[in-house]
Amino acid sequence: MMMSAARALLARDLRMLWRRRGDALQPALFALLVVVLFALALGAEPQALAKVAPAVLWLAVLLAGLLALDTLFRGDAEDGSLEQWMLAPVPLWWLVLVRTFMHWASSALPLLVATPFLGELLHLPHDQLPVLLASLALGTPLLSLIGAVVAALTVGMRRSGILVALLALPLYVPVLVFGAGSVAAWAQGLDSTGALLLLGAGLVVALVLAPLAAAAAIRIALS
Amino acid sequence: MNSWRAHRAAHASPEHSSHPPLLAARNLRFARNEQPVFGPLDFAVDAGEALLVQGDNGVGKTTLLRVLAGLLHADGGEIDVDGRRANTALRARAIAYLGHLPALKADLTALENLRFLCGLHGRRRAQIPETAMAIVGLAGYEDTLARQLSAGQKKRLSLARLWLSPAPLWLLDEPYANLDLEGINLVNRMVQAHLREGGAALLTTHGAYAAPPVRTRMLVMGRPA
Repeated sequence: MMMSAARALLARDLRMLWRRRGDALQPALFALLVVVLFALALGAEPQALAKVAPAVLWLAVLLAGLLALDTLFRGDAEDGSLEQWMLAPVPLWWLVLVRTFMHWASSALPLLVATPFLGELLHLPHDQLPVLLASLALGTPLLSLIGAVVAALTVGMRRSGILVALLALPLYVPVLVFGAGSVAAWAQGLDSTGALLLLGAGLVVALVLAPLAAAAAIRIALS
Repeated sequence: MNSWRAHRAAHASPEHSSHPPLLAARNLRFARNEQPVFGPLDFAVDAGEALLVQGDNGVGKTTLLRVLAGLLHADGGEIDVDGRRANTALRARAIAYLGHLPALKADLTALENLRFLCGLHGRRRAQIPETAMAIVGLAGYEDTLARQLSAGQKKRLSLARLWLSPAPLWLLDEPYANLDLEGINLVNRMVQAHLREGGAALLTTHGAYAAPPVRTRMLVMGRPA
């Protein structure tokens, strides 16, 4: 039952992504824009660019995820889909988890794949790329899960606008600090495993707690 | 889930009145910001019965259905489903809810919407989405995007979802809204068939202009004193 519901939801979201592929590309294009602008602004100094490259890539990915956050549950709340989710014979947190996975796969995963190319634009030293990719692979699902709770909290509001960003950013800060910090530590010749392990631990905790919290928030928001 | 329906059908005859009602509410109350919306209400719906909830706009018919469906928390009283205290799992198995919002995705076709909702709620084994669409008079609209359907057609698509649902208890909020005469008959026929199979239905209307020709109880709601 849970698997068939998950399959149905994934198939639905993939179809909708394809029908609205222009909209789906927006977060990725936004991240590309940020990276390109940085590259242009600091273009004359490859050394300076290489120094900030991991931080810029992390910021671009984080902001792109933030941009896509408001759409996570809003459409489903407005057309009554969330009501049907709540009445489905599968737990709401499971549907929230599947939907959040889809959100991550559509907003963060393409950027993860594009990171080597974006890194090239920013003169990212090649030896930092594996650490950066590892930190993004652990950090972006964590961002999506935290974002799901915030999106669920604001789903009852007609227009949440900047509120989602204001609520999410403080929660995003530790992820950003450890994510970008792991690469910075590696660049200085220090061990980055500690930061990566912390990100991993955060991801595990969020995987367990965030869907439950988001599901509870949705129930409150819709009542 | 199918077995439940069959089991219910076997016991739908009146002589088995010892069977607990499919839905029973006792002393059910709901208040919003300390303002009572409805209640206390007592009623029961047996398998094979329809309960027609009547009342003017704003007396809390929709709220009552949302409380019964578990979308809102009652402020007092008890809800029993099939003789047991209602909880989320029991409700998910027993209740199909048709609300004001159609829960359709505008960018998906009618059939894709129906398939998703079947995947979410499960469906009766004997039924497939294509035949359900034909039953509600939407044959030929399978590949039409939901955004291009009229309000009445969306309602019919929601009815098709209901028809496929394995749940024995239908909560229908204004099922006649937006429907033409033929559509109103369709709702009545579907409710009739559902009740014959041992299901039960709650319908809200703001007038008595339409009612399914079945064993019907009435619940007339007014403003709380």
